[in-house]
Amino acid sequence: MEAGIVQSIYDLKEYLTGVFAERQREITVHDTAFVAAKRARAFEWFSKAGFPHAALERWRGTDLSRVLSHEYQASPAPPSAELDIDSIFKCDVPHFETLLVTQLNGWYADRQNLIRVFPNGMIIGSLAAAFIKYPKLIEAHYGKYADDSSESLTALNTAMSQDGIFIYVPDNVTVEQNVQMVNITDFKQNLFLNTRNLVILGENSHLRLVQCDDSINHDITFINTVSEVKVGRNSTLDHYKLQNKDDHTTLINSMYFHQDEGSSVSTNGISLNGGLIRNLSHITMSGPHSSADVYGLYLMDRYQHIDNQVLINHAAPDCESRELFKGVLDDHASGVFNGHIKVHRDAQRTNAFQTNKNILLTDKASIDTKPFLEIYADDVKCSHGATIGQLDAEALFYIRSRGISEANAKILLMYAFVADVINKISIPELRQRMDDMVKKRLRGELSQCEQCVLNCSTHEHEKVEFKIDLSKI
Amino acid sequence: MEKDQNNILDEVTNSEYKYGFFTDIEMDTAPVGLNEDTVRYISAKKNEPEWLLEFRLSAYRNWLTLTEPSWAHIHHPPIKYQDIIYYAAPKRKKELKSLDEVDPELIETFKKLGISLEEQKKLSGVAVDAVIDSVSVKTTFTDTLSKYGVIFCSFSDAVQNHPDLVKQYMGSVVPSNDNYFAALNSAVFSDGSFCYIPKGVRCPVELSTYFRINAANTGQFERTLIVADEGAYVSYMEGCTAPMRDENQLHAAIVEIVAMKDAEVKYSTVQNWYPGNKKGEGGIYNFVTKRGICKGSHSKISWTQVETGSAITWKYPSVVLMGDNSVGEFYSVAVTNNFQQADTGSKMIHIGRNTKSTIISKGISAGQSNNSYRGLVKVIKRAENSRNFSQCDSLLLGDKCGAHTYPYIKAENHSSIVEHEATTSKISDDQLFYCKQRGISTESAIGLIVNGYAKEVLQHLPMEFAVEAQKLLAISLEGSVG
Repeated sequence: MEAGIVQSIYDLKEYLTGVFAERQREITVHDTAFVAAKRARAFEWFSKAGFPHAALERWRGTDLSRVLSHEYQASPAPPSAELDIDSIFKCDVPHFETLLVTQLNGWYADRQNLIRVFPNGMIIGSLAAAFIKYPKLIEAHYGKYADDSSESLTALNTAMSQDGIFIYVPDNVTVEQNVQMVNITDFKQNLFLNTRNLVILGENSHLRLVQCDDSINHDITFINTVSEVKVGRNSTLDHYKLQNKDDHTTLINSMYFHQDEGSSVSTNGISLNGGLIRNLSHITMSGPHSSADVYGLYLMDRYQHIDNQVLINHAAPDCESRELFKGVLDDHASGVFNGHIKVHRDAQRTNAFQTNKNILLTDKASIDTKPFLEIYADDVKCSHGATIGQLDAEALFYIRSRGISEANAKILLMYAFVADVINKISIPELRQRMDDMVKKRLRGELSQCEQCVLNCSTHEHEKVEFKIDLSKI
Repeated sequence: MEKDQNNILDEVTNSEYKYGFFTDIEMDTAPVGLNEDTVRYISAKKNEPEWLLEFRLSAYRNWLTLTEPSWAHIHHPPIKYQDIIYYAAPKRKKELKSLDEVDPELIETFKKLGISLEEQKKLSGVAVDAVIDSVSVKTTFTDTLSKYGVIFCSFSDAVQNHPDLVKQYMGSVVPSNDNYFAALNSAVFSDGSFCYIPKGVRCPVELSTYFRINAANTGQFERTLIVADEGAYVSYMEGCTAPMRDENQLHAAIVEIVAMKDAEVKYSTVQNWYPGNKKGEGGIYNFVTKRGICKGSHSKISWTQVETGSAITWKYPSVVLMGDNSVGEFYSVAVTNNFQQADTGSKMIHIGRNTKSTIISKGISAGQSNNSYRGLVKVIKRAENSRNFSQCDSLLLGDKCGAHTYPYIKAENHSSIVEHEATTSKISDDQLFYCKQRGISTESAIGLIVNGYAKEVLQHLPMEFAVEAQKLLAISLEGSVG
């Protein structure tokens, strides 16, 4: 392509720079001086680095150029104060009680009550409102864990995000309910969205968090979400991420976890559909005796692309991390896995294990996996394994020889392959729901969601079963 | 026990380089620095044909457009390419017919290296081509080999005597613009070895090359080209040493292997360039491009390497599996100590159907060294039913060293299986305790464990080399290996 032609096509970076300059007052309306300073510096980072490209080591195999060539609208206006979120979105998963926190086009949806304080002291609300209301918490945590300097999209998010969800769990509080964050996009044009979340767990607290991404309409959307999660001393966080977006959606989901001594984090990302998904799980264990479990499951087909990036920083001794990522890629789908375990110099007695297993169903599908260890301490036990293969022909033959059709035999084997990630879900109702979803997905019944990732399977209130006579086997 | 271990580790980190002598031989050197004239000087010195000069010049021009790669996990001060002597040869007064005519100093050098050419010739039945600094000094066993039609000679002789073969295969596996160091080598390579095994011949002896850098401020840029024609077999060995010097010396070699239908090439390396002193001063920068191509079906290329030397190793012996049913293997033990840095691994590119590859890499890091495995396994769409198994393990001795693994795996079809596994650990106290309670000293126990750890690779070395490799391991990790 000649230089002249390149210049004549739409330049998203230029557009965003324009938005940042022209609508500065609008974007920064809730900023404290602290936030404003972060914003300005982050924008510099982004201006310098630009959008990530495939020549960057962390972006190998994921090419954004196609999705960046669309024209987007950035920084949408907040929803009106009268918005009744129930009218556009409803989540009624049977037997799954959650405390629903919704976001619409990046804005905290409940415009009447921007901050809710619960009897146990937990605070849930709009991040923009928290900027002003809780400056101490914000200054202690906001922008502290996210890595603006090496991920330019995170820098862009810091610079341009206007709102998001703020959750604070005080010391010694166990939150009984499951907290469910739902990010809804409903916009009549192509949307470029930067949403930002901040979750803070004090000491000895416990939280279960379910994060769903969802779209109402089917315009081209680029969602760039950054979440910072601080897990205090001896606290526990169970985190689930459910992704079932349509093929026009690009979802860049960057999670930055920071763990103190004795804390444990379990994060499980399930990607069932989505045009282009990139999940970054960046975990830093800064205190000893903490543990992290990172799980992922991806079932992609058509021209979908999934990229899972995991960076586990063992910065303190006596910590443990376990990673398990499994995926099935069909049609022209492509996948990237990049697992990076870094054991710092004094992080002795570290145990870190990593596994990535992939099944390719067609010759058009591809996978690029890089399980990567960087170790500077000697008293460690680290291992990683990666496999790429296909369904076991002998197992397939065995099942077929028992009179089960080839299609069903394949479904069974695929289900068996991914089940151990589903079984890591510790909330029984959610595990059941995900199990159903995966079964439907494998049967080819579940395409992109009409509504919420959990909602689309609520028509039948019974367990999804394969109609396969297992007694034959 | 802790104390014992510390003593042993101290010994490990204090061990000396035993090949650090320097031989005073009259040298014929090119002027310092690199420009087109240097390239022309080398070419003229070697009385090369026009096409080879063109090859060198185009590589040189290409090199000017390239930048030094920075992705490897290594750190070093910038290399001053203009301060290097690109050609240094022992002065040859006349053609040598027998070993007696070789400079006695040189013979002494080889004796110190433990490769007495005479003895090798008579006893071990190994054909040796020794390359000192830049020039191949003596090739033994040529007569026996020529009976079978095997060509084994220095690269310059091959250029003179077998120009067609050289022209046909040189640069066909590692193109002159392949990478920064390959381009540099293609421009200024001075000598090396050439080996051609004709159709259906199983080379009766193991071929061996010794490389030694002797002169100060020189770089060594040798080139090895091995061609195994249909159904041929050869086992090829390579060893390297250098004197102790305070400054860093550059070694940028190229090894190309071509295996035609049904051919098999086994390439073994024991690399023991001077690794620098305990403070990390001096040592060889070893930036080597090694690649083989399994051109025909059912061909096989196997790399085995024991890497104990060099201040910096940057080397990825690779196999391009072009022919259907071809096989690539890579077995490696890399030991780093003191301030050594190694970034080494393998590439297996599966292009043909039913191709198989195996990677076994064992890294041992001690002192303040960094040891990285970096590998690529790529299976393209048409490489149906391909199979790869990779295993790369790291052993850490001491708490200031680093061990890293960067495996890149890419698969593009659904009938292939790629498996990769890696572990990193230290010698466990349980293992040591078990040995000790059976009356084995800590030192012997560590030796036992390290030997067992590396065995999977050492057993793939030819016998003559396996002994030497074990000795080398012992020297590199002196005190910890029995």
